[in-house]
Amino acid sequence: MLKLIIIFVMLGIMYPQVMQAEELPADPPVITIKAGRFYFSPQQIKLKRGMPVALEIEATDRLHGFSVPELGLRVDADVGRKGRLTFTPEKSGRFIFMCDVFCGSGHEEMAGEMVVE
Amino acid sequence: MKSGIDRREFLRLAGIGGAVFASGLGFDAVAAERRGGAARKLSDFYFVQLSDTHWGFNNPTINPDAAHVLPKAIDAINHLSRQPDFIMFTGDLTHSTDDAELRRRRMHEFKQQVEALSVKDIKFIPGEHDASLDNGAAFQEIFGATYYYFRHKGVHFFALDNVSDPTAQLGQTQLDWLAGELAELHRSANIVVFAHRPLFDLYPQWDWYTKDGKAVLDLLSPFQHVAVFYGHIHQQHYFETGYIKHFAANSLIFPLPVPGSAPKKVPIPWNAAKPYAGLGFRNVHSRQARHAYELLENTIV
Ligand SMILES: [Cu+2]
Ligand SMILES: [Fe+2]
Repeated sequence: MLKLIIIFVMLGIMYPQVMQAEELPADPPVITIKAGRFYFSPQQIKLKRGMPVALEIEATDRLHGFSVPELGLRVDADVGRKGRLTFTPEKSGRFIFMCDVFCGSGHEEMAGEMVVE
Repeated sequence: MKSGIDRREFLRLAGIGGAVFASGLGFDAVAAERRGGAARKLSDFYFVQLSDTHWGFNNPTINPDAAHVLPKAIDAINHLSRQPDFIMFTGDLTHSTDDAELRRRRMHEFKQQVEALSVKDIKFIPGEHDASLDNGAAFQEIFGATYYYFRHKGVHFFALDNVSDPTAQLGQTQLDWLAGELAELHRSANIVVFAHRPLFDLYPQWDWYTKDGKAVLDLLSPFQHVAVFYGHIHQQHYFETGYIKHFAANSLIFPLPVPGSAPKKVPIPWNAAKPYAGLGFRNVHSRQARHAYELLENTIV
């Protein structure tokens, strides 16, 4: 027990800013989400709190938006132009993501869920 | 000479399921009618707001009478014993389609339908279903400007467009125009705003907000008497931001769930036991001396 605490403290001294955005590892794990009229696939993504992640949004047919309003995250994704969001989830919970660029008569139902544990 | 709707008609509407509530400024519609309409200001008037008619929508499990709700509403309005000064449609006149030709056909059909209204002063703003796929091009061809100002009996009306941009914002050009118009007005002016989407953050998780809505509310915040009438959320809703009162209207095609009450924002299916439940239009009575609006919610029967 005592050993563990000492190691933790030492790490803290060596890397005082581990959680800063600019200190994110060069290539965090990538999760690819397909966006098409009128779906996201997968519809649910699971993330670990405190673990950096990159989301790549791949549009299959036209311009879509990928937005997580509660986390203040959003990005555009068009055909041939992936949207990329790199971040570290800080809060656990369930967060709705949705398309925020009107894309047709099923647009309102184009949504999914991000689960942070 | 009478102004306002008479008591008989008020009761008749109430009898068919109409509901009433006042603007939250301490003025009660029922009490007003009991007073017998005495000594009302000549400048009082009323208009009708309809929203989210989605002409062209076709899904019988959601609404098996989709082609007839609008004509029924028009007929009900034509039978109001005193006609409104004007009628405002707050967007999603038509249901979205990728086919530009079909989009125009739906708009022409919609326009043809509303020509049956006895009142000829009819105003429109677009919803995203009308305008977001072509930046408002078809809407402008058929209905005219997507945002504009008009004055009626001393009230200043601003019809705004937060949908022609598919990312749901007014944009700087429109904000600058609004700022310029508002600069002319006294702080105590009666101001009514029409918009399709909510201008405040009602429920962003369901896309129920406007990206630059805060900029609009900031421009309006110095004014003491502002009411916003909008649509988009397919249900009645009341909210205040500072002095500004926000009233959402029912749809004429399908209701949507109360924000956050359902896992998904999907239409509430048709209930054969309660047909047309949650659908309707409203009469908005302007009581200028009190800076108040009385809302009479009409259902479809
Ligand atoms: Cu979309
Ligand atoms: Fe709508």
